[in-house]
Amino acid sequence: MTQREVELILVRQLASYLTIPIFVVDTKGTLIYFNEPAEVLISRRFEETEELALDEWTAMLHPTGLDGDPLPHHERPIVQALEQQRPSHARLLVTQQATGERLPIEVTAFPIVGQAGRDLGAVALFWTGQS
Amino acid sequence: MRLELWGVRGSLPTAGPTTTRYGGNTSCVAVRTDEGNLVVLDAGSGIAALGRSLGHEPRVDILLTHLHLDHIQGLGFFAPLFDAACDVHIWGPASPTVGLRQRLTRYLSPPLFPVALRDLPCRLTLHESTLGSFELPGLSCRAALVCHPGPTVGYRLSSPSGSIAYLPDHEPALGMRSFPGEKSWTSGFELAHDVDVLLHDAQYDEGEYARRVGWGHSTVGAAIAFAHLAGAKELIAFHHDPSHDDDALDASTRGTTGRWACG
Repeated sequence: MTQREVELILVRQLASYLTIPIFVVDTKGTLIYFNEPAEVLISRRFEETEELALDEWTAMLHPTGLDGDPLPHHERPIVQALEQQRPSHARLLVTQQATGERLPIEVTAFPIVGQAGRDLGAVALFWTGQS
Repeated sequence: MRLELWGVRGSLPTAGPTTTRYGGNTSCVAVRTDEGNLVVLDAGSGIAALGRSLGHEPRVDILLTHLHLDHIQGLGFFAPLFDAACDVHIWGPASPTVGLRQRLTRYLSPPLFPVALRDLPCRLTLHESTLGSFELPGLSCRAALVCHPGPTVGYRLSSPSGSIAYLPDHEPALGMRSFPGEKSWTSGFELAHDVDVLLHDAQYDEGEYARRVGWGHSTVGAAIAFAHLAGAKELIAFHHDPSHDDDALDASTRGTTGRWACG
């Protein structure tokens, strides 16, 4: 049993209290936690879901630009946060799994830099209904 | 490996007739290794009496969990610091912007203390606690960040004769809707996993905790639940609230089962 870093534990606890969808990923982009509002977005319950690799969960959301053109991998906010260690923000269309509906959404992603400068992963916040 | 508890109180030294059984000094635990080496966990007010009990020690390692005052206030009164023939190694966490030496100097310098860190006679070496494993004479050590305000680590010490985990200031239940939860998402779990002796924060009762969520401490019940989750063989409740006298600590153990006791 490997314990998560305490910074990730605290991020999860905060996210569990917030009312916007939040994903927490590790340094490889693997989805290690999502909160209850995010469950609505991907139609899965966190407690019933194994970790999802970056390609898996981004394929579920199928992010595109607002014009519907596919979003290149390197332009995804979470990828920029992980690879460039900087915050990133974008307006996108994503697929809501339960309905198949394409939703306009804004995504803010930022890296989690822990004590002693440890690179621990990233957080993505999904702002719905604001685009 | 032998443990001696020289200070089990949290927050504030609490001398007086109502704290004579458990003691009123703040956090300090002496660990004597199988080879006779001395490791001291935290430098609360209890470290002064520990120092007075010692003869000449060729080397002392002091492991600080964090730099809140109740964990360092005895440091300037520890006799080996004034022994020119003693190698004193202090291990503790840096902050994101300030190193251990500068953080300690804020206390061990005028106007708060008359003797500056650089003027101590001992051969002093400071080590910023490495997150992960490191070796001390006769002991394997592991440090990991734990849930408490500011940079705070817990320690696990292991030798062929046994293991201890020391988490004196720890609030693993913070923000959890039910506690205990999943092991992998519980602060401090790896440090305490299957340990022989767990010294763990048990500062509050349930009513006190409800008013002090986020202050970085646990209830007695949370300490017991954490010990069960981690599979600790024995729990020593630690870092008692200064308002809890001996009778209150005795009462907190009634009705509990398993191998645990108040420190």
